[in-house]
Amino acid sequence: MFPDDLRYTREHEWVRIEDDQATVGITEYAQDELGDIVYVELPKAGEKFAQMETFAVIESVKAVSDLYCPLSGEILAANDELVASPELANESPYADGWMIRIRPASLEEVENLMTAAEYEALVSGLRT
Amino acid sequence: MKDSRVIHELSSPGRTGVSLPDRDPEAPVSADVIPQSELRSDLPLPEVSEVDVVRHYVGLSQKNFCIDTDMYPLGSCTMKYNPKVNEVAARLTGLASIHPLQDDGQVQGALELLHALERLISGISGFEAISLQPAAGAQGELTGMMIIRAHHLRAGERRGRVLIPNSAHGTNPATASMCGFEAEEISTGSDGELDISSLDAALDDDVAGIMMTVPNTLGIFESRIQEICDLTHAAGGLVYCDGANMNAMLGQVLPAALGIDVMHLNLHKTFSTPHGGGGPGAGALCVTAELEDYLPVPRVVRNEDGSYERSSRFPHSIGRVQGGMGNFGNLVRAYTYIRSLGASGLKEAGEWAVLNANYLRAKLSDVYDLAYDRPCMHEVVFAGLRNHAAGVRTLDVAKRLIDLGFHPPTIYFPLIVHEALMIEPTETESLETLDRFISAMRQIAYEAEHAPKKLADAPTSTPVRRLDEATAARHPDLRWAPKPQD
Amino acid sequence: MLAEIGIDSADELFHDIPRSVRDPKLAVPPPMSEMEVIGHLRDLSERNSDLEHQTSFLGAGWYDHYIPAFVDQLLLRSEFYTAYTPYQPEISQGTLQSIYEFQSMICDLTGLEVANASLYDGGSAVAEAIGLALNATGRTNVVVADTVDPVYRNIAATYMEPLDINLSVVKNWGLDSDGTLRETQHSLIDAIDGETAAVVLQRPNFFGWIEETNDVIKAAKSAGALVIMACEPVALGVLTPPGELGADVAVGELRHLAGPPAFGGPGAGYFAATKSQMRRVPGRIVGRTTDVDGRRGFVLTLQAREQHIRRAKASSNICTNEALVALGATIHLAALGRNGLKRLAELCIGNAHACARRAWPRGYAVAVERPFVREFPLKCPRPAAEINAALREMGVLGGFELGRYWDELTDYLLVAFTERNGPIQQERLIESLQEAV
Repeated sequence: MFPDDLRYTREHEWVRIEDDQATVGITEYAQDELGDIVYVELPKAGEKFAQMETFAVIESVKAVSDLYCPLSGEILAANDELVASPELANESPYADGWMIRIRPASLEEVENLMTAAEYEALVSGLRT
Repeated sequence: MKDSRVIHELSSPGRTGVSLPDRDPEAPVSADVIPQSELRSDLPLPEVSEVDVVRHYVGLSQKNFCIDTDMYPLGSCTMKYNPKVNEVAARLTGLASIHPLQDDGQVQGALELLHALERLISGISGFEAISLQPAAGAQGELTGMMIIRAHHLRAGERRGRVLIPNSAHGTNPATASMCGFEAEEISTGSDGELDISSLDAALDDDVAGIMMTVPNTLGIFESRIQEICDLTHAAGGLVYCDGANMNAMLGQVLPAALGIDVMHLNLHKTFSTPHGGGGPGAGALCVTAELEDYLPVPRVVRNEDGSYERSSRFPHSIGRVQGGMGNFGNLVRAYTYIRSLGASGLKEAGEWAVLNANYLRAKLSDVYDLAYDRPCMHEVVFAGLRNHAAGVRTLDVAKRLIDLGFHPPTIYFPLIVHEALMIEPTETESLETLDRFISAMRQIAYEAEHAPKKLADAPTSTPVRRLDEATAARHPDLRWAPKPQD
Repeated sequence: MLAEIGIDSADELFHDIPRSVRDPKLAVPPPMSEMEVIGHLRDLSERNSDLEHQTSFLGAGWYDHYIPAFVDQLLLRSEFYTAYTPYQPEISQGTLQSIYEFQSMICDLTGLEVANASLYDGGSAVAEAIGLALNATGRTNVVVADTVDPVYRNIAATYMEPLDINLSVVKNWGLDSDGTLRETQHSLIDAIDGETAAVVLQRPNFFGWIEETNDVIKAAKSAGALVIMACEPVALGVLTPPGELGADVAVGELRHLAGPPAFGGPGAGYFAATKSQMRRVPGRIVGRTTDVDGRRGFVLTLQAREQHIRRAKASSNICTNEALVALGATIHLAALGRNGLKRLAELCIGNAHACARRAWPRGYAVAVERPFVREFPLKCPRPAAEINAALREMGVLGGFELGRYWDELTDYLLVAFTERNGPIQQERLIESLQEAV
C-alpha cells in the first residue's frame, strides 16, 4: 500500500529520487496519525541538513512533530503552496503535499532507508 | 439558536455603559498637557449601554456548563463544588480593597492570614516551609524547579537533566525546559507505576531530580515512591512532586513523609477556589527545611512581638515570581475552605473522593476498558469502550455525554493510554448523582453498539455542535474585525 | 458502595500508601460552621486599613479605580466562575466568546494584531515577552530600561536566571541639580547592539511620564532586536497604541479594570504581538470558526504551541489564563467603550495635572520635566517614609516611596491619580503634606 518507487525513514518521511534531486514528504500513515494538519514550518532554499537531522516542524490540531531529512544535502526548494494550504499534506501526501526538494550530498545514504516493503512491515507492527 | 454576535456588533455610536463623575472644569485635558504626537487618533472599542452589556454577558454565561450546573468529572482537574462562603470572604472590604504596596502596619490581618495559611498547608503536607507566591500550579512547578537548580548550584554542581515519567502532565517537561534542564522520559510499568529499572538506568550525577506526580495521572498511588525517592537521593538528585492530585492524599499521608523534597499544591483544585473558566488559580509551593532559603521573596515573617512583616532578607532566594504576595483573593478562599472543613473534614473529603472514583470504576468496568485493573485513588482511567468492534471513539463518548447533561471526563490524557477517558468525580457528588452518571455512561455504551449515529452526531442539544478546529488553526481568526480577515 | 466495590472498608483503598506513614494527625484546627468562619474572616479583614476608608494616592502599577456594580455581579454568574478551562467548546461558548472579545479589545487598545487570553500578571507577561524575543532572534542579550516597574524587572530576572541570559538594566534617567528627574534615553540607545534580542520599555514609565521612544525603537529595529512595551491600559485610552509606535510585543496589568487591588493578586497580564510572532505567543488563544451546521463558534486554537502538546519544546509552561479577571476587564472595557475609556483616562490625567498645578507647601515640588499621564514624582522636604507615616495618621495614603527601589530617591513620593482623586481629595493631600512637615 506504500508506493514502491519511494524510500522511507522510520520517522515516516518518504523520499523520491529523480536524477540528482530528491523530493521529500510524509507518508500516508503519518498524515493519518497526525490528523488535520494545520501548519508546516519549512526551511529555506540553500540551508543544509545531515541525514536524519530535523528539517521542519509540522503541526496538526492535536499534535506536533519534527520532520527528519532522509538524506544529507542542500535545500533546493520548499513547497510554498503547502505552507499556505497545510491540508495538502492530508489530501495528497505523495504529490501536492510534498515538503522539500534537496540536492543529495551522497546517494549511498539511500541504503540506510527502508524499502516500501520494509516500511509496510514497520507500520503494520505499529498498528497492532 | 441563541445570538452569537460579538459585543462589537452590538455597537451603536455614542453609547456608553458606565456613569463617570464630571470632570473638574479647572483641570487640563490630555491635549493641553501631552504632545499631539503621543495621542491616539481613534479607539475602536464597542459603544454599548449597561443593559446591552449585562444582557450580552448573561447570554454568554448561559452557553457555559459549570460545576453549579451538574457533575463535572474532568480527570486531573478536581472539579469539586466551590462553597459560596468563599466568595463572601474574598469580597470583605478589608481583604479585597488593600493595595500590595501599603505599609505592613496597615495590612496585619492580611499578613496574619497568609502566615496562618502557610502553617495550615504545612500541617496538611508535612513540609516545613511554604510559599504562597506562585499564581498557579505551573508557576509553582517553575518556582520549585528553580529551587532545585539553585540547590545544586550552591553545592557547586551544574546538573543538566530532569527525569519525568511518560504519564506526566505536559507542564512538567515544559517547566524543566524553562529552567534550562533537558527533560528525559521514564517509562511506566505494566502495573501503571513508574518503572524502577528505567529509573535506575537513567540516574547518574547529571540528574538534577525527578518530577513525580502522586498519585500519578493514571489515578494510581506510586506504591514504591519511597524507593524512588531513596534512589534519586542516592544519586544526588531531588524529588519534585506535582501536587495536582493531592485531593486523594488529604489526611491519608503527609507527602513530605514519603521523601519528597519539593511539591506544589493547586489551591484551586484541592481547596475549592473556583476555576473561573480557566483561572485564576493559586499554587502553594512546599519545601523541606533544607530548601527553605530558596523560596521566593518577599516572605511573611512573624516577629517576636506577634506582628507580621514582609521580608526580602533571604540572600539565597530565587527572587520574585509574582507581583504581589500571590493570588491573594484565591488564598483567602482556600483559607476559608480549610478552616471550614477542619482536620476531620479534609480527611473525609479525601476518603470520599477515592471511594467515589472506585465506585465508578466498579460500576463501569464491564463496559469500559480499564487501563489498569487495580483499585484507583481519586480518579479512574479507562481506555475507551470495551467493545472496539463498533469503532466508536472516546471523543464520541465524550460528546454524547454532553447531550445527557454531564460535562465529559478528560479525554486522550494520559498520552500513554489509548483512547483515554479520565474520570474524577470528587467527594462533593452524591451517590444519586454518581448513579445518574453511571447510567448515562452505560447508555452510551449501549448506543455505541445499537445507535452509533447518536454518538457520531452528538452533541445536538448545545448552542453549537462540533466545531471545525482544523480551519480555526489553518486560517486563524483571533480578533473581531468588521470585515473578514485575510 | 463498599459492596459494589468489593471491599469491607474504605481503608482498603489506601493500601498502596506505605503503612509506616499512613493516617497522620493533621495539624489543622477542627471544623468551623459558616457563621463562625465568616466571623473569623471578618475579624482578619477588620485588622487591615483598606482603601475605602482612606484617601489613597498609592499606585505604582496597582490603581484604585471604581468598578461598576455590574462587573462583579456578572463575574458571580456560576456559569462563569465555576466553569473550568473551555476544553469542550460546545458547552463553553460563553467563556470562549468572551475571550475572543477580550483578545479583540486588547488588539484594539494596543494596535497589534494578535493577543492571547491573558497571563498571570503584568510581571510574568514581561518575562514571557522576553522569552518570545529570545526565541525569535536566537540572541541572548536583553536591554531593560530602569524606568520599567521594578517588580516586573525582578520577575523577569527570576525567569531568565536559569537560561544564561544577559539581562542588563540600563539607567535611562538622572537627577537635575534642582532634584528634577530627567530622561537620558541615549544610554538605552548605546546599550543596543547586534546581539540584543529585545529592548523593554514602559509607557507611561514607572515614574509616570511618557518617554521619548522613537530613537530607541529605531535603534532596536536597525539592530534586529524586538521592542517590548509595558503599557497601562487606562492610559491607552488616550495614548498612541504601542503597535503604531513600532512595538513588537505589548504587555500590561489589567487588575484595576476588573476589581479592587486584592493585595496584589489575582491580576491578569495582557499579551499582544505582531502577526509575525503569532506562533511564538505563549498561553491560550481563542479563534473563531464554524460548527458542522455552519454556525459561528469559538475554539481554543493554535494549541500545538502549548505544553500539553509540545511538552519540553513548548514556548511556555503556562496552562492557565486569568480568565475571570480578564473577563472582568472585558466587561468593563466593553461598557466604557470608545468614549468611556477616553473619558476615564481624561479624568485621571485631569486630576493629576490639576493637582500638580496646585500651590504645594514649602519644600515640596513636582519633580518631572517630561509630559506625564496620571502619576508623578514629588520631591519632599524630608524622607518620604516619614512623610507617609505622618499622612497615615491623617487617613491619607501618600503615594509610593521611591526610596524603596532607588537610594537617591529617598525623599520622593510617586503620587498616583484615578477618577477617585478629585479636587476634594487633592486639597486633603496638600493639607496633610503641609501638616506633615
